[in-house]
Amino acid sequence: MTYLWSGMIMIGIIYGALTGNFKAVTEATVSSGKDAVTLCISMAGIVAMWSGVMKIAENAGMVEKLSGKMRPVMRYLFPDLDPESKACKYISLNFLSNILGLGWAATPAGLKAMESLAELEHRPGTASRAMCTFLIINISSLQLIPVNMIAYRAQYGSADPAAVVGPGIVATAVSTAVAVIFCRIMNRKGRAI
Amino acid sequence: MKILSFLSDMIIPIFLFYIIGWGLLARRDVYNDFLDGSKEGLKTAAGICPALIGLMTGVGILRGSGFLNFAGEQLGKLTSGIGIPSEILPLTVVRMFSSSAATGLLLDIFKQYGTDSRAGFMGAVILSSTESLFYCMSVYFAAAKVEKTRYTLPGALLATLAGTITAILLTGICI
Repeated sequence: MTYLWSGMIMIGIIYGALTGNFKAVTEATVSSGKDAVTLCISMAGIVAMWSGVMKIAENAGMVEKLSGKMRPVMRYLFPDLDPESKACKYISLNFLSNILGLGWAATPAGLKAMESLAELEHRPGTASRAMCTFLIINISSLQLIPVNMIAYRAQYGSADPAAVVGPGIVATAVSTAVAVIFCRIMNRKGRAI
Repeated sequence: MKILSFLSDMIIPIFLFYIIGWGLLARRDVYNDFLDGSKEGLKTAAGICPALIGLMTGVGILRGSGFLNFAGEQLGKLTSGIGIPSEILPLTVVRMFSSSAATGLLLDIFKQYGTDSRAGFMGAVILSSTESLFYCMSVYFAAAKVEKTRYTLPGALLATLAGTITAILLTGICI
């Protein structure tokens, strides 16, 4: 993360200097922090609200039931994790919400999953294999029906707004398949060493 | 289409009703459960705030300097030769950093070329099948307090690339 972040800022400043965009860079520096806090506050509301609802579902035994159905998948993707662990439940919840396109429920579950994975990690500050797998699959995009995209297309006068669904599902499936294969290879490698 | 938008309007209320109903049937103190959970959620959100400030400043500087546009345009020039509209590459580059900025770009494409144009359709499929890579990584790793991300970035880049290429090939055939 250190290299990523500092790289972004260094490249930005150097490029800005070369093209004489210093003013825009300065403006971005000043306003980005403010935007981030605004985003944080609105996100805090959503995350807190859905974490509360998730807790209800958890205590009522719903999460248990759902993640029970995901168990074979979890065992395949996360050989390191105990399928009964908290982390596994949150990961199942995050995957399911993502597939259904419930972004507002997926993020809190994903954040909790990362927190519980961190508790299991012996080397704090280093990503475990499970964390890498979880994030790569998450970033590969799991959503089946892009509701927002359909809405935008309808709004801008598309003849067939839902036409993106088919190719979208195929592309999502390919990227997720690549993610799964990559993670399986890395998992194997890690075990050999 | 009507059914889809109806469903997406309905899903949150139904979800809530179902979960709270289930909790009540299980004879739980649902209100206290809610408070417990949302307290944890607030802590989580506060925990990732610094990372979000860092990331957004970085992205802001990169965008402000014009570098993101420059990188996207250069890539766009390269790929327009092989039949990919030059707007597509900037879109995929921006997409990795910020969903909202990418959506803005796509809406510009919609306005300029129409939703059912080659560029419009390709862009829509790409945004539907990728995630904002750097945003996800920084937020999730901040929650786990992780610095060393190991092979997450190459894996995520590979998956994003595979999704994007598939989207381009598919829509290239369709339209």
